[in-house]
Amino acid sequence: MTNKTVLHAKHIEAGAKLVDFYGWEMPINYGSQIEEHHAVRTDAGMFDVSHMTIVDIKGNDAQAFLRRLVINDVAKLDVAGKALYTGMCNHEGGVIDDLIVYFFTTTDYRLVVNSATREKDLAWITEQSAEFDVTVTERPEFAMIAIQGPQAKAKVATLLNAEQLAAVDGMKPFFSAQAGDLFIATTGYTGENGYEIALPAEQAADLWQQLLDAGVQPCGLGARDTLRLEAGMNLYGLDMDESVSPLAANMAWTISWEPTDRNFIGREALTAQKAAGDQPKLVGLVFEEKGVLRSGLKVITPFGEGIITSGTFSPTLGHSIAMARVPRSVSLGDIVEVEMRKKLVNVKVIKAGFVRNGKKVF
Amino acid sequence: MSNIPSELKYATSHEWVRQEGNGVVTVGITEHAQELLGDMVFVELPDVDDEISTGDDVAVAESVKAASDIYAPVSGKVIEINEDLDDSPELVNSDAFGAGWLFKVQLDDASDLDALLDAEGYANSIDED
Repeated sequence: MTNKTVLHAKHIEAGAKLVDFYGWEMPINYGSQIEEHHAVRTDAGMFDVSHMTIVDIKGNDAQAFLRRLVINDVAKLDVAGKALYTGMCNHEGGVIDDLIVYFFTTTDYRLVVNSATREKDLAWITEQSAEFDVTVTERPEFAMIAIQGPQAKAKVATLLNAEQLAAVDGMKPFFSAQAGDLFIATTGYTGENGYEIALPAEQAADLWQQLLDAGVQPCGLGARDTLRLEAGMNLYGLDMDESVSPLAANMAWTISWEPTDRNFIGREALTAQKAAGDQPKLVGLVFEEKGVLRSGLKVITPFGEGIITSGTFSPTLGHSIAMARVPRSVSLGDIVEVEMRKKLVNVKVIKAGFVRNGKKVF
Repeated sequence: MSNIPSELKYATSHEWVRQEGNGVVTVGITEHAQELLGDMVFVELPDVDDEISTGDDVAVAESVKAASDIYAPVSGKVIEINEDLDDSPELVNSDAFGAGWLFKVQLDDASDLDALLDAEGYANSIDED
């Protein structure tokens, strides 16, 4: 069965080329994914992310439940609206999904998880919630539009009323506010400023049209992938999955080891992995010659083999970049080899993260 | 359905061939091919003076999506390559049958052209894809 978001007709109207994305018919581009990419880096672009899964967690035990469920510690969240990126792991320490937790009160949180993992995530969250006094409620009645780029906030501002403008005024990155019907968050997946806006599905087409009229470029999954990769952000299913530890997926920073008595799921396995120090690591690769590093290519290092988890041509930089999982002894700055189209080529190892706010960062 | 000019010859592997006279042909990839590949990011061309034979993989069109071999639709000697593609590979997307041409070949044997498809034959071949 193919799912369609409420914006499907708007995509067709805008000339989208549609593809199947884990059961959702979604735009891959509206003509040129490179032009869409540049629109986000230099101006403003928008993405239909209504396929993503919103889950509200409410109840007396909401905080205690999330302190068990996710590897970061939601007790660190003490300002209403604050957001936190983290992962949820299985008992073996494998990543079930990465997600954003929005905090409202200690009895009221919102999670946004991936669409490709929706069913297993909901099953896992529901199963783990059994011993807690919480309700787990999916919110499919919301659509979601991400507006990203240096001009994104200014263009959105032209469409907001006084109350909504007041709600987002001075909002720092990784915050959210409910402003009338709009849930507006300063989160995103591009490395640019902007908003992710969840709203009642029946209002989504109107907002999309208003954004279009304000000069915001519709962008598809193609540009979304090159933008997130330039920003060094993981894509679930490629850069990590249930067989991969967060320690091997550049997600160690999302684990809160303190306080030591917080018994989050996967803690025991991750603690053992950390002590052993033998997990591979996720790094960035740069290749400045002709050719594109692609997912699945073998990486050859003096310490053993690795693999490219995501690779692409970077439209901002004009050459190829990738994320790769390599042995932990590989150092930043090292030159390693990649087997590309039957040849070995030299690539440079850097920290994953290539472009932020329109600028090269390595 | 994409544009398929009737004055050109085609290979089922999506190359087009234009006769320029004196046994010289220009080779490119079709509009249909560039649509399948998406935005082009690099085009690797053969060298001038390379001797190529029908069916050889002589060039690579690398798009955001994939690297795709381009096969020689004819045999002969490469006499010119489109150096503009070095800086502007997107010409293959914007003008596949014009400014996005790839290379020119001095044919060994003009009868090579008889083995290629006409526009209708190529249109039928992509219908079957």
